[in-house]
This record gives sequence, C-alpha cells and structure tokens, in this order.
Amino acid sequence: MTNELTLDKKADTRRLDEMAQGLLGTPMDRPEGVLKVTGKAIYADEERPSNLAYGYLVRATGPIGRIVSTNKDEIAKMPGVVAVIEEADLPRNSVQGATPTAAPTRGDRIDYIGQPLALVVADGFEEARHAAQAMTAVMEADTGLHFDPEAPGASIETPEAKQASQGDLDAAMASAAFTLDEEYHTSSMHSAAMEPHATIAEWKDGKLTMRGAYQMLKFNQKSVSDALDLDLSQIRLLSPFVGGGFGSKLGIAPEAIAAALASKAVGRPVSVAMHRRQVFETTTHRSATKQKVRLAADKDGKLIGVGHDNLVYNLPGEKFSEPTTQATPFTYAGENRVIGHHIARLHRPAAGSVRAPGEAVGATVFEMAMDEMAEKLDLDPIEFRVRNIPDLDPSKGIPFSENRMEAVLRDGAERFGWKHTKPKQRLEDGWWIGTGVAAAVRVNMMSETSARVRLTQDGAVVETDMTDIGTGTYAILTQVAGELLGLPANRVETRLGDSDFPKAFGSGGSVGASSSGTAVYLACMELRQNIAAALGVEETDLTLKDGRAISGNVAKPLTEIVPGEGWSATGTVKGGKAGSLVRQATWGSCFAEVAVNAVTGETRVRRMLGSFAAGRILNEKTAKSQCIGGMTWGLGMALHEELVHDPRDGHMVNRDLAEYHVPANLDVPQIEAHLLMEDRDDWANPVQAKGIGELGISGTGAAVINAIYNACGVRIRSLPGTLDKILAELP
Amino acid sequence: MQVSLDINGASVALDLDARTTLLDALRNHAGLTGSKKGCDHGQCGACTVMVNGRRINSCLTLAVMHEDDEITTVEGLAEGNTLSPLQRAFISHDGFQCGYCTPGQLCSATAMLDEAAKGWPSNVTADLENATPLTDEEISERMSGNICRCSCYPGIVEAIREAADAPAQKTGAEA
Ligand code: FES
Ligand code: FES
Repeated sequence: MTNELTLDKKADTRRLDEMAQGLLGTPMDRPEGVLKVTGKAIYADEERPSNLAYGYLVRATGPIGRIVSTNKDEIAKMPGVVAVIEEADLPRNSVQGATPTAAPTRGDRIDYIGQPLALVVADGFEEARHAAQAMTAVMEADTGLHFDPEAPGASIETPEAKQASQGDLDAAMASAAFTLDEEYHTSSMHSAAMEPHATIAEWKDGKLTMRGAYQMLKFNQKSVSDALDLDLSQIRLLSPFVGGGFGSKLGIAPEAIAAALASKAVGRPVSVAMHRRQVFETTTHRSATKQKVRLAADKDGKLIGVGHDNLVYNLPGEKFSEPTTQATPFTYAGENRVIGHHIARLHRPAAGSVRAPGEAVGATVFEMAMDEMAEKLDLDPIEFRVRNIPDLDPSKGIPFSENRMEAVLRDGAERFGWKHTKPKQRLEDGWWIGTGVAAAVRVNMMSETSARVRLTQDGAVVETDMTDIGTGTYAILTQVAGELLGLPANRVETRLGDSDFPKAFGSGGSVGASSSGTAVYLACMELRQNIAAALGVEETDLTLKDGRAISGNVAKPLTEIVPGEGWSATGTVKGGKAGSLVRQATWGSCFAEVAVNAVTGETRVRRMLGSFAAGRILNEKTAKSQCIGGMTWGLGMALHEELVHDPRDGHMVNRDLAEYHVPANLDVPQIEAHLLMEDRDDWANPVQAKGIGELGISGTGAAVINAIYNACGVRIRSLPGTLDKILAELP
Repeated sequence: MQVSLDINGASVALDLDARTTLLDALRNHAGLTGSKKGCDHGQCGACTVMVNGRRINSCLTLAVMHEDDEITTVEGLAEGNTLSPLQRAFISHDGFQCGYCTPGQLCSATAMLDEAAKGWPSNVTADLENATPLTDEEISERMSGNICRCSCYPGIVEAIREAADAPAQKTGAEA
C-alpha cells in the first residue's frame, strides 16, 4: 500500500493533535542512546570483515598543474603494499550536496594542494600510511593561477540569475534619513565533523557494498553509480550511524570511490578512513565571504532600502556557490532592494555546503549590520527589527506561511532579561561586560521522501534510507509512528541508513525531519485506515493508545486486529506548490552576554540564550540539542573559526583540530534554547513541522559580535572577532 | 611484535606492527571499535581511554608500550547490563548527538571525576590549598580536551554534574 502526497496546499487538519499516545514532541531519550554510550553503535570504519586491507590516500603536495610521473612502482614494492591505485578517475574532491552525479575526476591534473593523488592499499594500516607518505609526483606547474578572491586579477563571475533588483536603492540611499553602507568579511570555515569520512568497500558477486559516513544515500548511490558505471541495483550503501556531517558528508567524498576502486582491484574488502587533515582538504568547506550591506531607513526607523552584495569563491568546475543572501530577500521590509552575488574561481580546496549554507554567514552579517543601524537610529535593536517585519515577502509579494520573528524576539528578550543599553557601561574586575541580540532566520524546504512502516502484532518497524547524523532521526520517527499507531516507543523500531530501504531526501538543508516525518505520517495514516476497516469504523473515529484500538464502545488490542503477517504501508511526500505560494521559513532570536578583557581584548561568552520557532517540535530534547549546537557554531564563527589559506598557493595552513579552533567545552557557557512548542505551520506539511537543524547558526553569531560592541565599543566587521581585532580599539 | 594487553579485565594477546597505536590496536586488532579516531593526533579526545585508571589519548601512544597495562575502554564502563551513572546521565541530558565523541567523553569524565575527587587542581582552580568544589567551570575546563563538534557541552556538563552529585545511585537502564 502506498500513500502519496504532493504538497500543493495548506494542510486542512492537525491530526497529530488529535492523537492519544502522548509521545510526539516529548523530550524522549534517543532510542539509540544506549548503543552510543556503550560503544556499540557501528560507524563507518568499524566493520572488520576478514581479509580486510587498508587504504591510505596520498596527498598532492604541489605545485598545482599536470602530473608528469609518480614513483608508483617503487611504492608498490614497499612492505605490505598490495596495490597503488593511481587512476585518472579518482575524484578530485567531494561531490556537492544533493547532486546525483560523480565528482570531477583527477585526470592528469592536480587542481589544489591536498588533492588525492593516489590511494595506497596494504595489509596493515601502518604499512599503507607509511607507503602513502613516501609517494611523490613530478609535476609541471601551471602559471597564472589565483588563490585569493580579493587579489587583483582574480577571475570573478557574476551570474545573471543570482542578481536581483527592485525599486531604486541608490535613490533611497541618497534620500533616506539614516543609512548604513559597510563591508564585512567572514572567514573560510570547516564542518570538522568528529568522525572523519571513511568507507569500507566490498565486492561480492558483482555487487558493491559500501559502509560509510554519508548523509544522503539516495544521491550518494547515484554518484557512485555514475563514478563507477554501475547499475543502482549493484550498489548498497550502509550508514546506520554517522559521526556528524554538517554538510561535509552530503556528497560522497574521495575516499569512498577510492575504496571501491581499490576493493575491486585487490579482490578484498578495503577500508579507507581519511586522516583529519585530508578531511579538511578534500571534503568541502565554507567559502570565505566579502559582504557589502546597504540599509536605508526613514526617520521612524522603517527600512526603505536593503542592499546585500557578496563575493564568495570556489574551484573551477564546481557548481555550488555559498548562497550568502538566501534569507535577505524576505527577512526585513524595504521597497528598494538589490542583491548581488559574485564568485571568484580559485585554486583553493573546493567550497561547498556547511551547516546552513547561506544564512550562517549571510544572516549573521546582516544581523551585525542591523545592530549598527539600530544604533544610528537610537532604537532598541529589538524594536528596530520588529518595526521592519514585513507583512508579505517583500521580494516576491507572497504571504508568509507564518512569521514568528516578533514572537521569538519577545520570548527570548523576556527569558534573557534583555535591556537595551548604551555601549561601554559596565567595567567589572578588568572585564567589559555587554549584551547583544540577533535574529535567526532560515528558509524551509521540502523534498521527495519515502518511508515504509510495517505493523505487526509485535509493534511497528519504520524503514527509510534517511540518516541520523546526530540530528535525532531515530527518536523523531519512532515518535511519529508511535503517536499515530498508539504504540509506546519501545514497540516501534526505526531502521535507517540502508540504501535498500525506501528513499529519502537525506540529512541536508534542514529537510530531514519534516520530509521523513511526513513520509512516516503518510504510511501510518494508511495503516490506521486498515485498523479502522478491520473494526468497521471510520479512521477519524479511531483512538489508538498503548497498543489498543478504541472506537465508540469497542476496545481491542492491536494484537487481535493486525493479521499474523502484519500490514505494510509506504508513505511518499513530494514538494509542491506550497513551496512557492507562500514564503516558508523558521525563526529564532539569540541573546548573548560577553565579557571582553580590558587589557587583552579576549572575549568570553558568559551567557547565551535562544528562542526558536520551527512549526511542530517532534522531540523537545533533540530539537533543543540541535539549537544549542547551532548556537555554539554561531559562537565559534563569531570568535574562533578561521581557515587560513596560503596566499601563494592556496593551501590550507591550519588543516587540523589543533590549529582550526572549534569551540571547546570551556568556551561555551550553559547555553539555553527555548522552543515555541505550540507553533504549527500548516503550509509546511500535514505534520506542521519544519527543519530546525540549521536555524541555530543562522544569525546567532551576531549576538556575540553585537554584545562585544555593547561591552567595549569595538565594532567588528570581520569574523572571527579575535582579540587582535579588538585590542587596538579598546577604550 | 607480540603484546599482551589487559583490556576491560580480559587479557588480549595481539601480534602488531610496532607502529600500531593503542587506538588502532583496539579498533583494528582487538575488535573494540568503541574508542573513536577523530584526529589521530592528540587534538580531539575522541580516542580517550583509561590506562591504569588514568585518562590518555590512545592515538598518541603505541600499543607495545602497554604490555600488561590495564586498559578500560567505553565497552568496559557498564557493569554487565547496568550502565554507569555517567552513561545514564549522558543519555538523559542528551550529552551527545552523533555520539562519535561520546566514548571519549565518557572515559574522560570517568577518570576526571576521580582526579577531582583526589583534589587535583585544574587551570581554573583558584585555590590550590583547599578542596575546590566541582563547579560547572571546573567541569568544563577539565573536559576541554574532548571536543564535541555537535556541541553538546551544556548537556555534557549537566550529565557529569548529576553523576558527580549522585555517585551512589546505581540502578537503572540496561545496556
Ligand atoms: S583521535 Fe586521539 S585525540 Fe583525536
Ligand atoms: S556527539 Fe557528535 S561530536 Fe559529540
């Protein structure tokens, strides 16, 4: 049985609010928690089939250009080495997100320093690593390459489709009572998920099984099929547990294809786990941005003009470019608007999606500018934002599915104890203390997803190739099914991350929870019909709770209703007109209190609090964790994270966790995240849920930067706000 | 090289390349993949295990240096099917999301509570003469060698505080 729904209109019922189990939305513990705390959850590089060989990628050390020759033959003779896979079809870098094709291949070229040159396969990991590190190439260097987006002569593309303009912003700027025209920079950043990308590839009877760290199996399977010229039916991907992704595992990474090629060549299962430094270089990172923000406001603080122009970069041949301005067209009012987008083609490692591509850097910078503008207007920054919440999407003229910006700002302000103050008011024990606020906004999307639910006398089993990358998928799908089928969580089993299961969009773009949740909803509604039919009642008259079906004065355990072989139903949801008839987004606010050392300029975040609205919350605990995680990323972007590229050859200078600073425990206060639990978005889907995994980083870092200004009067316009940028201007 | 390790109370004999780290010995040879590899370079803490009761980055030490040492990994924290108070508290406070840093966090926290109980100071300890209460700041500082990119630090701190405050309660969830 299948139940398919294309989202063309607003949902007309809120069936989940009529259910009786009381499981959905609760802060239920993760069902896979015990496996994770006992070391029994099996991640990518953790199966150990007999006869396993180990592969280690060889790093191209430069120069960039044509590969003339390598010492492959010598390497092949080193102890333990069973093969050197040095092929033109090794991937150059990771595939971009939601892309069903292979990555560009190496060919006879090295396009960036750190690119995989080859894969050495040996009996032991130590032997493979040693031999890989001994491999070298003779190169013919290219000339005239560019490594810095702002250096003279860099080739800059300005694609027509990514520019937008309405009204006359220049005129608005000229006539406005108040204006702002500033340039901002954000650094390159890396996902740095804790689990390095890894794959164990094994061929059996013409079929390839890859156990790996992948976020989107449907697309990953297609990429593998394209790369290796295999039928989809020949490829099985397994990712039951993924040690974080944050975009870096959307597209399949070079180690996966290398492992598959190697396993075929040596006729053994091959494990290839990338070293942390290889993860930094060969998987995608977030492009640095240069952003120019222009704001024009009338004397009452109403925006009449908004301009947001940005420069990002990527390697030649990569289609992705950081969609910096994604939320700018609809976040704030203003009839005169200009969006500009420019892409520099550089020979740095490839850029791609990192948690909240676009808003993470774009909304953050915009929220920094909004704070500056509020100051010019002498307005409480919350008041300034609220005055500029548009009635309609100001760029498209369509209504919002719902706009919760004011609600989250007011809710957060009250919980935080927000009070608007002038800068440089509190100097305590050698620390300047200040507070800051920022809004968070992230587009909401939907993409085709299927899930199967089998109901037997023992309970329900949910199956989809959707992944749980820490996001809580195991928990929320268990809860959706349990709620609709009237089963306690321990009678629902959720199975994920197997490409043989019905296909989901995957974990990306904050689409996962709402799409797979809706697919499970649709499957369960079908099963409810079965139960109702067996009882001879209408589905809407059916109450399911704790394994019992109740209707009128009939009450029966499901074990007596469901046939021995059980029932199975598949739900499929597809994005439709609802995505374009209304503007769908998620909303947040973030408040920070910081202390800036009056002598050194060091910033410590003392408090951070957020309030978020994302439609129905499926699990309060896991949703909060996603928000806290996102806010911490905001803190990291504001204060720590900075990938440095050598201006001479583009190589990543600080490509490990010692030199690329992500927030550590003591950097992070006891962050609070609050959720608008009663929120429902009927336009989003019949579950009324939207994505929340990226909202927490989509602007929140600005609260820290704005708090630094409030503390010590130093405006930071280049992230991260390290002490060297503060010190010189300290009062 | 032959090496004999005492892992979670069992003696394990392994034949290893001399270059094998303790972490790779566990993961690639002893069948214990609970300990994680996040950086292989002492930068992240995912590989933290306890050697003779003290926490150590197992990627930074060679297996052959640990002949007959007592090694405790995440697989050895529960008693049979009974989770340790820390393991339970990590679940209830959502002290993890993806779970990849979790084995290291748990081993680190287990040893850290012992260090704190013995009165060892940390970088944020103001008073080196007298017993220091295990404040949130102390917990955070002492756990700062274990990175969690999912950024579950608030939950981790809450979980450790709860386990530190109630070490005696040992009932509960099954492993
Ligand atoms: S793997 Fe040992 S510290 Fe990172
Ligand atoms: S739980 Fe994912 S890194 Fe800590």
